[in-house]
Amino acid sequence: MSDTVLLPTERPDPPAAAEPAPPAVLRVRGLDFWYGGYKALKNIHLDIPQRRITAFIGPSGCGKSTLLRTFNRIYELYPEQRATGEILFHGRNLLDPQIDVAAIRARIGMVFQKPTPFPMTIYENIAFGVRMYEKLDKAEMEARVEWALRKTALWDEVKDKLQQSGLGLSGGQQQRLCIARAIAVKPEVILLDEPTSALDPISTAKVEELVAELKEEYTVAIVTHNMQQAARLSDYTAFMYLGELVEFGETDQIFVQPRHKQTEDYITGRFG
Amino acid sequence: MNGLDGPDNPLPRRRRRLDRVMMTSMTLLTVLGVFWVVWILLTTLERGFEAFSPDLFLKDTPPPGVAGGGLRNAFVGSLELLAVALAIGTPVGLLAGTWLGEFARRHPMAGAVVRFLNDILLSAPSIVIGLFAYTLLVAPLKHFSALAGGVALALIMIPVVVRTTDEMLRLVPDALREAAVALGIPYWRMVVHISWKAASRGILTGILLALARLSGETAPLLFTALNSPYFSTALDKPIASLPVVIFQFAMSPYPDWQKLAWAGAFVAMVFILALGLLARWLQARGTSST
Repeated sequence: MSDTVLLPTERPDPPAAAEPAPPAVLRVRGLDFWYGGYKALKNIHLDIPQRRITAFIGPSGCGKSTLLRTFNRIYELYPEQRATGEILFHGRNLLDPQIDVAAIRARIGMVFQKPTPFPMTIYENIAFGVRMYEKLDKAEMEARVEWALRKTALWDEVKDKLQQSGLGLSGGQQQRLCIARAIAVKPEVILLDEPTSALDPISTAKVEELVAELKEEYTVAIVTHNMQQAARLSDYTAFMYLGELVEFGETDQIFVQPRHKQTEDYITGRFG
Repeated sequence: MNGLDGPDNPLPRRRRRLDRVMMTSMTLLTVLGVFWVVWILLTTLERGFEAFSPDLFLKDTPPPGVAGGGLRNAFVGSLELLAVALAIGTPVGLLAGTWLGEFARRHPMAGAVVRFLNDILLSAPSIVIGLFAYTLLVAPLKHFSALAGGVALALIMIPVVVRTTDEMLRLVPDALREAAVALGIPYWRMVVHISWKAASRGILTGILLALARLSGETAPLLFTALNSPYFSTALDKPIASLPVVIFQFAMSPYPDWQKLAWAGAFVAMVFILALGLLARWLQARGTSST
């Protein structure tokens, strides 16, 4: 059990686990991150458990989104951003420049804060990514599109307008379309970067419900500003502050018995 | 009186007066701007009216003093020159603009230099471009040609297309790029399927506006395509074009030629107007759906 959760600071013996902790899918070791000359992540050590929801909380600018964006190396689109250290995924370091990063991204999907449907039909929005890695015939592709849309509870809302533009959907529908698009390529890990911050409460509830279901099959990492959302949804919670991982543990423990003063202050709303 | 408001305060009244003065002068100046376009259109129509007949599009330019004739060879020549310019200018401009808009972020210095050079090319006098094409394609081959004319026009078109492509691509939100790349789509495929698609209407509009500009260019054609009184589509021969024929005929002392020049000028105006409207329509459609 030594490789379940690695903490940045000492901590008393873990409470007697009711169930054995799941194996880690992503292991972060000594991760540093720079925006140009500014160091945004400092020596992060962390394990993301398989088929669980891990939430990242902390005040704005603490580095939680940045950390999420290292898991699929999406930061590489911006030449002034760089990361050092290790992120192990199936034993390979994701930060290794030799690795086929596009193939990795197909296995570690991501959904962003703002819904970003592609300028194409609803059907194509989903089929586009799938086509990149799988040769499916028409019937198989239709089945895959339907599967992804059903998974995201969008099927009944859009089944009659699959050939219409994805931009015509409401914000909440667009975000669920983005999640459908991400799961359609059948990734192992799904990264969610504040997926509900641009949504109304009803759409938020739908997306949360969906996320809760996702952990049956996927490993989910979610960044959120909404503490209730983290408490409701996640199995594990990481609290970050000023580029450091202050505390990581089971969500119940973090919210009920935080070990660090900073965590407690943030959770109780004393700062942040 | 408690301060600024109240019926006796002179400030609001002065503002209202100033507002009226400004509104009136802006309206008048707008009318003044539009006035010339309408005047030009009406004058060319009126003066060239006599030359308007099916012959205008069916017959070639007549010799001086011979009544009748049309501008068929000039229309066809112009269209051919535009087609050559389009065939060269669009791919070069599109790809160079795409490099600037999508790939130059990894090479900011090179990007800045290319952008600067492109802006210089954009504002280069078209006569200089004409001389360049002359040196490149006319002098060594020892004869004028439609190809040289088309290349000269392409050189004028390229910087326009580069600029619009670059700018339209930079309007595509990075969030869209991230979303595509995060699906495991290679960057270049993302550019082709997402960025180009999102920017397509803007880019197309830029190409149309570049065409509109080209269709009126005269100077670069004088040294390259020259002119021809005969119907020709050969790329290696001199070719007539509408602006050059208008120039030649309008300057001539023959009333028949002058009428044809007026009619040609009107057709040129309408063609450019139509391109402009098409560009407008495309843009308007772009904002409403897909």
